[in-house]
Amino acid sequence: MDKVSNLREAIARDIQDGMAVAMGCALESLIPFAAGYEIIRQKKQDLTLIAPISDIQFDQIIGAGCVKKVVASWVGNVAAGLGHNFRRAMEEGIPQRLEVEEHSNFTLALGLKAAAMGLPFLPTKTARGSDFAREPHYAEIDCPFTREKLLAVRAIQPDLAILHVQRADSEGNAHVWGNFGVLREAAFAAKKVLLTCDEIVDHEVILSDPNRTVVPGFLVSSVVHLSFGSHPSPTQGYTRRDDDFYFEYHKESRAPEGFKRWLEKWILGVKDHSEYLALLGPERLQRLKPEGNLFSLPVSFNF
Amino acid sequence: MEYTRKELMVVAAAREIREGEKVFVGMRLPLLGFAVAKELHAPNAVGIFENGVIRDWPALQSIFTISDPPNLARALYCGGIVDVMNLLQAGRVDLGFIGGAEVDRYGNLNTHWVVENGHRVRLPGSGGAADIATLAGRCIIIMNHERRRFLPRVHFITSPGYGEGAEWRTENGLPGGGPSRVITSLGIFSFDAQSREVVLASHHPGVTVEEIRRETGWPLRISPGLNETAPPSREELAVVRKYDPKRVWTS
Repeated sequence: MDKVSNLREAIARDIQDGMAVAMGCALESLIPFAAGYEIIRQKKQDLTLIAPISDIQFDQIIGAGCVKKVVASWVGNVAAGLGHNFRRAMEEGIPQRLEVEEHSNFTLALGLKAAAMGLPFLPTKTARGSDFAREPHYAEIDCPFTREKLLAVRAIQPDLAILHVQRADSEGNAHVWGNFGVLREAAFAAKKVLLTCDEIVDHEVILSDPNRTVVPGFLVSSVVHLSFGSHPSPTQGYTRRDDDFYFEYHKESRAPEGFKRWLEKWILGVKDHSEYLALLGPERLQRLKPEGNLFSLPVSFNF
Repeated sequence: MEYTRKELMVVAAAREIREGEKVFVGMRLPLLGFAVAKELHAPNAVGIFENGVIRDWPALQSIFTISDPPNLARALYCGGIVDVMNLLQAGRVDLGFIGGAEVDRYGNLNTHWVVENGHRVRLPGSGGAADIATLAGRCIIIMNHERRRFLPRVHFITSPGYGEGAEWRTENGLPGGGPSRVITSLGIFSFDAQSREVVLASHHPGVTVEEIRRETGWPLRISPGLNETAPPSREELAVVRKYDPKRVWTS
C-alpha cells in the first residue's frame, strides 16, 4: 500500500489533540523538526511528548503552547544549555502549565520497550536512590527468584511515533543507520508510526539489506518525503548539524517576546517545509551537506 | 607552559582512565579527557556513548553532541540506549563521567531544580547521569567549584553518590561503586573509605586551601597527604589542543 503523503495532510490525519506522541527518539540526530513545525502551524493542543533527549524540539513545541505533558529525561538545548520555554512553563506556567513524567535515559527506554513487548512494566537496577524514582510510574518490587529489590518502570505507549529516517519505501519500510537512541523501541511501542525521510527508495533497496530495516512498513501510517526534514539536527550521510541554528535559538528564545519573533520568522511565517528551506537559503543548505561519501561495504545475502 | 584551568581539568579526567577500561564518556571535558587517555596512556580504552555508539578512537573532528556525524563515522558499534545501558547494568562498564549544577558532601548530584535568589530554577533533568551514577563501576564528577554549587545537601538527588554516607549505597541496593573523584576548577577530591565524605586530595597550582574552603558550603575535610595537582605535561596539552583546536571547551 502506498502511504506517501504530504506533511500537512499526514500531521492533520495522524495527530489529534490530546495524543501522546514520541518524537526525537534517536537523541540529538534524526529529530523530526519539520514535523514538529507543522504540529505548531496546525496548533495542535494538549499533546504529551515522549523522548529521552530531543534537543530543542520539545522546548519549541512547549513554547508554542501545544503541550500539556512531557515524558522525558532531559529537556534543554544540548550545545547551549537550558531550554528557556521549558523553564518558563515549569517555573511560571508560561504559556501554560506543564506536567513532567521524570525519567533517566534508561528508564524511559525501558518504558517504551515494555510497551513494545506487550508488557505492563520492565524491572531495572537503575535510578534506585534518585529522588525522581519516587514518582508513581516507578514501583519497588522483589525479584521472585533472587529476592533482590528492583525498580519496576511502567510501560509507556505512544499513540504515535514520528521518526525521521534516511530512507523508506512507499509502504513505510525504513532503513536507518547511526545511533538509534530509543527509535526502535518507540516504533514498536507506538500504535502507529509517521515517517519523514530524506529519500524515498524502491522496495528492492529495502530487500537488499534487511538488517538495515529498523521499521517494518506495516507499523507505519504515513510516509513523507522531506529532504532536510531533520534540520537543524543531523541525518548521517545526508545532512550535517546546523550548530549556529541552536545557538541563535538559545539567544532569541531567552525572553518570551524573542521566542515569539523566532516562531513567527521560522515557523508561522512560512507556509511549509519548502518555504522554510528557502528561508535558510541555498548556500547554508549546501554547507550542511557532507562532501563526498564514506560508503560501508556491501554484504552478500546469497544462499 | 601556560595552560587554562579547564585544560588542567581535562588532563585530570584523562589520568583517571586506565588502560583497557570501558568508559561512559559524555560531552565536553570528559570527551577530551578520553582523547588524551587514548593517545597517551590507555590506547585500548573503549568509549561508550549513551545514544548507543561505541568507539575505539575519539572522533577526529570536534563535535557539539555525541550524535554528530563525526562521532558515528568509523564507530565500532551503533546501537541504541538499551544496548549500552544494558552493559552498564550488567556491570561491564568500569567508569563514567558526570556533572551537575549542585554536589554535596556525599557526592550526590542535582540537575533538576536549584534555588537562585529565592526563585526555583528548573534545570534539564537526568539524561543518562542517574544511570551512570547508579550503575557504573566508579564515576568521576566534573564541575565548576562555586559555593552555591557545593552544598551540605543538594536540593534534589538526580544522580546518587553516597546518599547519606557510610553504607547507604549497599543498604539501598545501588549496584555501582559510586563516585571515586570530584574534579573541579579548584582541586581534586576523593571520598573517605568509611564515612564516604568528600575529602580534598589536591589543590590546583595557584589555588589555596583557604580559597577552596571558601567556595565549599560545609567544613571541608583535607587529606593528610594533600598535595598540588600535577600540571599538564607538554604531551597532554598537545593532545587537548589537537582535539579542541578552537578552544571551544577549554578556554
